[in-house]
This record gives sequence, C-alpha cells and structure tokens, in this order.
Amino acid sequence: MDIDQQGDLGEGSSTNRGIVSPGEIITSSKEYMRGHGTYVDEEQVVSSLSGTIERVNKLVSVKALKQRYTPEVGDLVIGRIVEVGSMRWRVDANARQDAVLMLSSVNLPGGVQRRKIESDALKMREFLAEGDLLVAEVQAFFGDGAMSLHTRSLKYGKLRNGQLLSVSPRLIRRLKSHFHHIPPPCGPSGVDIILGLNGLIWVSVGTSVESREGGEGFDAEGVYSNKNDDITPEGRQAISSIASIIKILAMYNIPLSDILISSAYEWLSSQREDDEDGISAEMGKRMVEDLTGVQVTAAA
Amino acid sequence: MASSRLEILNDGGLRHDARRPYELRSLSLELSTHPNADGSSTVSQGLTTVSASVFGPREPKQRAGSVHDKASVVVEVGVAPWAGAREVRRTRGDKRLLEIAAAIRQTFEPVIMTHLYPRSEIAVHIQVISADGGILPTAINATTLALVDAGISLIDYVTSLSLGLHLTQPLLDLSAPEEADLPTLVVAALPSGKVTLAQMETRLHVDRFEEMLTLGVEGCGVLKTEMDRVVKDRTTRVVERMDKVIQGRITGD
Repeated sequence: MDIDQQGDLGEGSSTNRGIVSPGEIITSSKEYMRGHGTYVDEEQVVSSLSGTIERVNKLVSVKALKQRYTPEVGDLVIGRIVEVGSMRWRVDANARQDAVLMLSSVNLPGGVQRRKIESDALKMREFLAEGDLLVAEVQAFFGDGAMSLHTRSLKYGKLRNGQLLSVSPRLIRRLKSHFHHIPPPCGPSGVDIILGLNGLIWVSVGTSVESREGGEGFDAEGVYSNKNDDITPEGRQAISSIASIIKILAMYNIPLSDILISSAYEWLSSQREDDEDGISAEMGKRMVEDLTGVQVTAAA
Repeated sequence: MASSRLEILNDGGLRHDARRPYELRSLSLELSTHPNADGSSTVSQGLTTVSASVFGPREPKQRAGSVHDKASVVVEVGVAPWAGAREVRRTRGDKRLLEIAAAIRQTFEPVIMTHLYPRSEIAVHIQVISADGGILPTAINATTLALVDAGISLIDYVTSLSLGLHLTQPLLDLSAPEEADLPTLVVAALPSGKVTLAQMETRLHVDRFEEMLTLGVEGCGVLKTEMDRVVKDRTTRVVERMDKVIQGRITGD
C-alpha cells in the first residue's frame, strides 16, 4: 500500500481509506515519520497492527480496530478499586496497567480544600474499598506509563444507583462532555449516562442538574455512601432499557453519543407495546438500521 | 500397533484422507469468537480445532510476573474433555501441555513488540476443542489471529505448519494417524522467511531436513495469505460501517 497514491487520508470515502495489517509496508521512512502502530525496517515504515492509516503531516500511524484503552491526560474514565495501599488506591481502569488514585487527589467529606491528615489515611477503606466503582479524570502519568487519577471535582467520585457496561474503547469518542442526562419520560427522574473513554459506561438513575453539579440539594455526605437510593420499578426499567440500547449499538460497532442513545430510546418507546420489555435481536437490528441508515447484516 | 497398518501413501500417491502429499487440510479462520477477551480466534485445520483468547496488555496477575521494561507473555493450554486427544492427558500441568505452552511463548516473544507495553502482561489462553494432529501449529495460527484481533503490535504474522517424512517424500499438515507414524517437524515462520520455531521429536536425516524446512516455510506463506485475507475483510467491513455512521451523522441524515 503506497500512502502517496491515496489522496487525502481521513477525508476520503471509506473505500480508499488505507487499511493495513501487521507486516505490511506503508511507505518509505525517508519522507515520513513513524507513529504509533508502526515500526521501521530497512528504511520502510511497516505497520504492526491491523487497522486504518492515520496521517498528520509527515507522521504516519496506524489505529487498530480494537485495542486496549490508551490513556491521555484529561480523559474521563470509570474504574474499579482493586487495592487500598498507603496513601493511594490502585484502580483497574481497563488500561495496560492499573491506575493510581492518590489520597491527595480526592475530595474528602467536610471541606474541599482540607489537608489530608494521618487519620484520613487510616480511614481510606471507609471512603473507597476494594470493588467500588468510581469516575475520575486522568491527571498525569508516572515514569513507567501508569496513569494517576484525580476526583477533585464534584462531578467525579464513587458510583452508585446504576449499572456498569463495558464496550470497545474505540466506540467512545472524546466529546465536550461525557456526562449525559436523558430526561423523563425515560424513567420518573430520567437516566444519567457516563461514557468513560476507557470503554466503561455507567447508566444510573437520573438526578437533577443542581445536585449533579454541587448546587442546591447536593448531598455532600452521600458522596462516599455504599447504599443505593430507592429506585422505582419504572426507574429500573428505564436504566435497563438504556443499557440494552447501548449493548446493541456496541454489538454493531456503532460509535456512541448521547443524541444517538436518546433517539434510540424514543424509537424504542414508539415501537414497542407498553407491557413489553427487553429488545429482541430482530428489533435491535431494525433499530440500528432505522437510526443510522446503515444496512447491517451480521454483527462484526 | 494399530496405526502401523495405515498406508501412508497409496499406489495413487494419495494419503489416507485422499490428500496429495503437499495438500493442506481445509482451513477455517474466525476472529473475535470470545466476547470477553481482548482478542480471540478459532482456527480449524481439518478436524483439529483450537480457540485462542488473548487478554491484555493488562496488569500482571502476579506481581512477580512484571518486567520493568517490557510485557511478559503468559501462555496456558487446555484440552477439552471431548477433544479426543489421545497423545495428551487433559490435566493442567501435564508435561506435554506445558511443552506446547512453552513453544508458543518462545515463538511469540520475539514477534510481539513487548517493549511497547512495559510492566504489563499478555495472557494467551489456548483451548483445544478437537484434536486430530497438529495441535501446536494450529494453536500458533490461532494465537497470531487472536493477537492481531487484540490490537497488539506484532512485527508480522506468524504461521505454523507440521510436516512429516514418508521414505523420501515430505508430507504437509499431518493428521493424527500420520503424526503417530512419521518423523514430524513443526515449523513456524514469518512471511519474510525467518523461522521462529522448528521443533522435532524424532530423528531425521540431515539431508532431508533442509528440504522439509524450505517446504514448511513455503506452506507457512500460503497460510499467511489466507489469514491476511480474513483479517483485512473484517477490518474493511467494520471500518466502513463506522465511517458510514459518522458521516451520516455529520450530514444529518
């Protein structure tokens, strides 16, 4: 595959987008620089992955179809605590290595700017214990490439009242916001969705705007609570419908966005009977076709 | 011995399953067959079916397994109870299985670009679903596909094939009865012709070895073409679909 003959990459239609597999020569290394997913062998830039060629000026990289999450500073991720250590938690965030959440980069109850003292270190397991889920932002990287997280915002922190989903990280693109709220009639108080860039998605019972951003009705004590609120059966059903929609879209490799998910919910409520729950395979397929205009034959 | 009654090559120059000496068994390659793995594949060569799942690069399950500047490769091999593998016992920790696992690890360690994934672990789980000779080569082929599926950087495809020698006639891609009767060579090679594995358990005349090795590398090339076709097909299909959806959304359809 010769990159020079392809015209403008990225903009062109899918047919002329360069698709390469491992060991395939992309171009000469004299004119181009090698990026991720490539290596240089005998003055040739060679692909080491199966995916599409991405080019920025003279930098050539290959983006794999499916890959573990590669973190970047500022990314929003969802993770699970795997270990409580000294002044730090280890978090499994679906990346190549476990992430680290320092005690100094979390908000503790009772004052945002409070200093962390020794007694806080002893109570760490009361805040976040093994198995707890949290949403956080990538703060920095350590020398060995492991990421350090922070939850120093009222939007971040422990997760409850919902359901975790796991999709391919490629399906979640960087957006202005990764917190979405689907308003009622989707459940009595709507449904909140957090799209983590590491491919984990949290679907939970809806909250009001104020309580989400720390205004009126923000429950400061409830931040580290381990108890779910009472969720009505309708609320539960809404959560599970949204979760099924996300699963179906992910199954057909459709990149996710809040607009797509809410229009899928509308489509679903207009199509199915009141007492019907769950989505049949046939219906899921029809949903994807109607919403995206793409003919899907089989899940790839 | 029951198998000694087997006629390796009949008068018509055909093998017991009606193949010619250089004919490979029917090949089937499937990608992403395991929903929870980072990458997976199922490969059938004739009646041998092996599925491979790759997990990682991930945090090593055992702290001791982490290497500070590269990824460690961990391979585990299991045989399904119904696989019909007479030559290997099914218990974990069986010597034959450990040997297969070690051979796979040694084959892939130089091919995976492990320096890109420091302090992490790439776990390969092999499950033999049905066995009819050539477990190791089929497992290597399945592992290659699973690694490609997982988006792990590889120098190139690794493909593998078993060969036997009947009198002076080399035979490609042995089935179980042939494997029991003939001196067997397992070759794994990169398309460039670089051999990453050559394993033999029986003695072979040195004059024949070179011929067999060349032939094996050539056969590996054929398998690579087939693998590349399957991988490209899948990649093209998925990329096209994702492009269509994104473009459709921009134009507001």
